[in-house]
Amino acid sequence: MSLKRTAAELVVVGAGPAGLCAALEAARADVKVVVIDENHLSGGQLFKQIHRFFGSQHHGAGKRGFEIGEELTEQCRKAGVEIRLSSTVLGFFPGSELMVDGPDGVYLVEPEAAVIATGANERSLAFPGWTLPGVMGAGAAQTLVNVHGVLPGKQVFMAGSGNVGLIVAYQLLQAGAEVVGIADIADRIGGYGVHAERVRREGVPVFLRHRLVAAEGKEGVQAVLLEDMDVKGRVKRFKADSLCLALGLTPMAELAAMRGCGMAYQPDLGGFLPWHDQDMRTDQEGVYVAGDAAGVEEASVAMEEGRMAGISVALDMGAINQRQAGRHRADILRRLKGLRGGPYGQHKLEAKRGIFCQ
Amino acid sequence: MDLRVGEHPILGDMSRGRWVTIYVDGSPIPAQEGEPVAAALYAVGIRTTRLSRHLGEPRGPFCMIGRCTECAMTVDGKPNIRTCLLPVREGMRVETPKGVGS
Repeated sequence: MSLKRTAAELVVVGAGPAGLCAALEAARADVKVVVIDENHLSGGQLFKQIHRFFGSQHHGAGKRGFEIGEELTEQCRKAGVEIRLSSTVLGFFPGSELMVDGPDGVYLVEPEAAVIATGANERSLAFPGWTLPGVMGAGAAQTLVNVHGVLPGKQVFMAGSGNVGLIVAYQLLQAGAEVVGIADIADRIGGYGVHAERVRREGVPVFLRHRLVAAEGKEGVQAVLLEDMDVKGRVKRFKADSLCLALGLTPMAELAAMRGCGMAYQPDLGGFLPWHDQDMRTDQEGVYVAGDAAGVEEASVAMEEGRMAGISVALDMGAINQRQAGRHRADILRRLKGLRGGPYGQHKLEAKRGIFCQ
Repeated sequence: MDLRVGEHPILGDMSRGRWVTIYVDGSPIPAQEGEPVAAALYAVGIRTTRLSRHLGEPRGPFCMIGRCTECAMTVDGKPNIRTCLLPVREGMRVETPKGVGS
């Protein structure tokens, strides 16, 4: 079978914050860019973020996530970026061919450069009952409620007290669900105090040092069981029709591995990710990585890494010179330093340094 | 069971399109044009999208972004369609696969 084959200057895989920013920077340097994404909306996971972002003006502080996604998409279109939606990249072969399953069928693209900005997957956990309908990722619940306007259940239990768990729990309350409780095996709440305060103000109990034992039900979740880590054998039973798992994310970097990029395991960045330098080049010529696929951090970091990748592509293609690249690069590095400044960011910075230096 | 949010305090009216009818294992349900089939099913309380291959246990949407394939159903005769990514069209016929879709 012979497939249709097309050429391209730059292909960006993923239309999230990292991919759109990479596309934008490259397009501004007159590189012809095609962005490919399997969703039918551009913006990646930004389109389900309805809380206001904090941070600096540069990262859309004060705006809601989906507004940032819409803006970036609009800027890309104005800059001449072609965004192909409902198109899944099936493979990235060592000869630098991408296989794409688009609305009109499967085809091959041979780009001169590719940015892998595929984001992350939600982590899961296997426990009795985890396959019951009604058990889902917290991100899945967030998509369901904020994008599609459907609640995952009327009485929801949240496992995991990191930022995703806290934010999604609050958004479920906003949309009219009851949040029965939030559980975490850790001693402390994992997410920011500001998010924890919001759910606490609404009276949602947080069970720290509690282990998720099981989800029970016949056709779907009817109850969630927790064990108190301090009183072995004390199991608490909660009536709930839905259980959301907010257990962290792991980079979705299979395309990089398939293309032959050297991979590293870094638990603090979510698992396996392609080796890369500060300029977001992998160890394979013409292959770049950005955003959560390069280590799970946050959307603002993903945007900066995307910009960096776009500038590196433009420089390597000769679309801009060293001096132009250097100016942008210094600005981005300064902003990244700011973003990774807090205690949470510091931790990520250390992990990233381990990746850069190899 | 109705799990639709309707009016959202931040997002406002969450209607997603024209009301149409789709058929799930032969029974009609209301759905909004353009929303994912899995969301339309969930909204009326249909959470089981397939039965597991060996034990016939219920499985439902897990990731809602096309990764986990737990929501893969037979749509208009085509097997293994990820219903969390497939937009609703009027008159669609959705079947719950039992075992391996074929």
